[in-house]
Amino acid sequence: MCCTDMALAYVEAHASWSAANTKPSLERDYTAFMTRGPDGSTRAAFAVEGIRCASCMNAIERGLADLPGVAAARLNFSDRRLAVTWRPEAEPDVAAVLSALDALGFRAQLFDPGRHSDAETAETKRLITALAVAGFASMNVMLLAISVWAGNVSDMTSENRDLFHWIQAVIALPAAAYAGRPFYEGAFRGLRAGRVTMDFPITLGVVLTLVMSVVESLSGATHAYFDGAVMLLFFLLIGRVLEQSMRRRTRMLAENLAALRSEGATVVDADGALRDVPASELVPGARILVRPGERIPADGVVERGMSDLDHSLVTGETAAVSVSGGDSVFAGALNGNGALTVRVTAAAGASLLDEVETLMRRALEARSRALVLADRATRLYVPLVHAAAALTLAGWLAAGAGWHTALLSAVAVLIVTCPCALGLAIPAVQVVSAGALFREGVLLNDGTALERFAEIDTIVFDKTGTLTLPEPSLTHGDRDETGALSVAARLALSSRHPMAAALAKAADGAEPFPDAQEAAGLGVRAIVEAVELRLGSARFCGAEAEAAAALADNPDASVICFRAGDAPPIVFPVHQALRPQAAEVVGALLSSDRRVLILSGDRASAVEAVAARLGVTEWEAGLTPREKIARIESLQRAGRRVLMVGDGLNDAPALAAAHASLSPVTAAHVSQAAADALFLGRSLTPVLAVLDAGTRARRLMLQNLWFSAAYNLLAVPLAAAGCLTPLIAALAMSGSSVIVTLNALRARASSAGVRPAPVAITGRPASPPAIPLLQGHP
Amino acid sequence: MNVLLLVIPLALALGTLGLFAFLWALRSGQYDDIEGAEYRVLHDD
Repeated sequence: MCCTDMALAYVEAHASWSAANTKPSLERDYTAFMTRGPDGSTRAAFAVEGIRCASCMNAIERGLADLPGVAAARLNFSDRRLAVTWRPEAEPDVAAVLSALDALGFRAQLFDPGRHSDAETAETKRLITALAVAGFASMNVMLLAISVWAGNVSDMTSENRDLFHWIQAVIALPAAAYAGRPFYEGAFRGLRAGRVTMDFPITLGVVLTLVMSVVESLSGATHAYFDGAVMLLFFLLIGRVLEQSMRRRTRMLAENLAALRSEGATVVDADGALRDVPASELVPGARILVRPGERIPADGVVERGMSDLDHSLVTGETAAVSVSGGDSVFAGALNGNGALTVRVTAAAGASLLDEVETLMRRALEARSRALVLADRATRLYVPLVHAAAALTLAGWLAAGAGWHTALLSAVAVLIVTCPCALGLAIPAVQVVSAGALFREGVLLNDGTALERFAEIDTIVFDKTGTLTLPEPSLTHGDRDETGALSVAARLALSSRHPMAAALAKAADGAEPFPDAQEAAGLGVRAIVEAVELRLGSARFCGAEAEAAAALADNPDASVICFRAGDAPPIVFPVHQALRPQAAEVVGALLSSDRRVLILSGDRASAVEAVAARLGVTEWEAGLTPREKIARIESLQRAGRRVLMVGDGLNDAPALAAAHASLSPVTAAHVSQAAADALFLGRSLTPVLAVLDAGTRARRLMLQNLWFSAAYNLLAVPLAAAGCLTPLIAALAMSGSSVIVTLNALRARASSAGVRPAPVAITGRPASPPAIPLLQGHP
Repeated sequence: MNVLLLVIPLALALGTLGLFAFLWALRSGQYDDIEGAEYRVLHDD
C-alpha cells in the first residue's frame, strides 16, 4: 500500500467480506461482459478496488500493457474503473487480467455492460455543453452591455447603441434557445402533467426578457436586457450541472460496489460445462451451480446437493436452514458448506421476492410524502410573482400611463423575480451536503431525502446485518484456553462455510491442514498424527448435548462443533456481533428524545439479547415483511416520522414505506434500491451523521429561501416603480446567487457535533479525510 | 468608430474559437477523468 486513504479503506472493508465469491477458480466464459468495437477490438470494463494514488494507477496500466493481446489499459481515476482493450486479432483473456491485477495487489470485478449508465453520461455532457454556450454568451453579451451602460452616461451615439443591442441579440437569442432547453423541456413536461414546476417561471422570465429586449431594441430604447437573460441561464445551469454530477458520481460508486460484490452466476450447461454469466442474464429454467460460501443469485429449486443456507439477508433469521433436493431457495441466501445445483424458477406464485415486490409497489404508491421544500416554494412563489406582475400592469394603467410603460414595468417585475437565487437555493445545499455526507461514508440516493432526514423522530432498526455486522464472529472472542481453538481454526481454513470463516479468523496465519476434506453438508475433517479432527455441525461431531447447552447460554448464537478423535467435543458459539458504536448510537438517539424500535424477522431470543444490550425496550421479533410494513405504517398514522434502517430483502417494503430510509451497503439489492441513502463501513455512526446533515441542510435551505424572499421583497417594488435598469438587474441577480451559494457551502462545516460526546472513538480517525469527489479540486 | 466593425467581430471570433475548443475537449473525453489527469501529467511516458 503506497498511501492511506481512510475513506477508501471503508469501501474496501465491507466489500471484501465476500472475497471468496470473486476468486477466479475455474475456466469461465466472460463473453457476456465484453463489447466489440467497430474495428473488431474487444473491450471490457472492470471495477477495481484498492486504488489510492497515482502510483497505483501507473502500476496497473504498465502491468497490464505487457499482457499478450492487450492493446490498451486505461484507468479512470475519478470513478475507479479500468477499461481494457484487446487487439482485434487477439483472443481476450480476462482471467489473465484478473490474475495480473491480483498479483499487483488489486481486486477487480468485471462490469456487466448492461450496467453502464450511458443515458446519465449523455445528460451530463448535454448540460455541460449548455453551460459552456451560456457562459460564452453571457461573457460576450456582458462585454457589449457594459459598453452600452458606460455609453449611456457619456457620449455614445444612438446608432452605436442600437448596433450594440443588435449584436447582443444575435449572440443571446440562439444561445438562449440552445442553453435554455433543459428548462423549456422541464416546464413543458410539467405543464403537460398538469403541474407548475420551477422551470415554468424560469422559462417565462427568459422568454419575456428576450422578447422585451428585442422590442426595445427595435424602438431604439436606451435599455435592453439580453445580458440578464443569458446570465440567468448561466447561473441556473451551474446549479443543474452540480446536481447532475453529484447524482452521477454517487451512482458510479454505488455501481462499483455492487460489481465488486459480484453479480455473477455460474451456469451449468447441458454438457456439464460451467460458464460465468452476469446474474441479470439468468433465465428461468437455467441450472446454476452455487458453491460453498457463495450467495444464491436467483430464486430456484435445489436439484442436487445438500447444504445449510444462511437466510439472514433474506428474512433476518440467523439460524441456518438445511436444504436438499426439491427445496426452494431464495436469491440472497448465503450457501453454507455444500455445493448446490439449482434450477432457476420463473418468479411465479408465492415466492418471497414476489411478496416483497408486491408490498413494495403498494408502499411506493401509498407513499404520501410531504411535499419537499422546493415544491412548496414553487407553489407559493409562482402565484405571488404573477400576481405582482399583474398588479403592476393594472396599477400603471390605472395611474394613466400608456400600455408601453405598463407592460414594460410588468415584465420588469417578472425579470427581477426570475428565480435565480431560488433555483440555486436548494440544489446547492443538496450538493454540498451530499459531498459532506460522502466523506462520512454515506452515499445519498436522493437529494430530497435530506429534508426528510431532518424531520425524523422515530428510528426503526432491523437487527440482522443492521445493528449487527453482516458476518458472524466467535461469541467469546479468540480466548484459547485449551489450545483447541487454534487447531479448530486451522481446520476451518479448509471450509467455505460462513460460520467456519468466523473461526478461521483465529488461525493467525497458520497453514490449512494438507489433507483436509470438506464433507458436503456436514463439515470438514482431517487426519493429523493419526487423530481424526472434525469440525462442523453438532451431528457431525456427535455433540448434540453440548450444542444444546451452549445455545441455551447464548440465545442469539449458532454453534460450530469441533472434536479431536475421541476427546469430548468442543462447542464454539458463533454470533453476529453488534456493529461498532451501536450502543453509543442508540444511546445518543434515545437521549435526543427520539423513539427507537427494533423490528426483526429473527427469533425472539436473539432479538431480546440484542435489545437488552442496546437498552432498547420496544422490540418485536419474527416479523414477516407484511408485518414490518404494517408496524411502520401504523407508526406513521400516529404522526411519527419514521427512519427505517435495514438491510434484508424482508426490510425492502418497510424501507420504501418509511418517511426516510437508510441501508448498509452490504444490504440486498432490492433494499439498496429502496433506501434513500447507503452507508459504508462497519460502524453505525452514519445514522447520526445523516440525521445531523439533514437538520443542517434543512436549516440552510430555509435560510436560502428566506433570503430569496427578502431579495424579491426589495426588488419587486423597484421594478414595479419602473426604476429597474439592466445594471441593477444584473447586480441583483448575480449578487443574490453568489450569496445563496456561499451560504450553501456552510453545509460542509465539520460535523464534529455529529458523534455523541461519550463515544470513545478509539482506533478511528476523529474526522475521516476528504475525498475530493464532488467539489473536483479542493 | 469604424474600428468597431473590425474589433467586435474579431473579439467574437476569438470567443467562439474558445467555445469550440472547449466543446471539442469535452467531446473527446478530456474531462472524463479530471482526477487522473492531474497525476498523469507528472509521469514521464
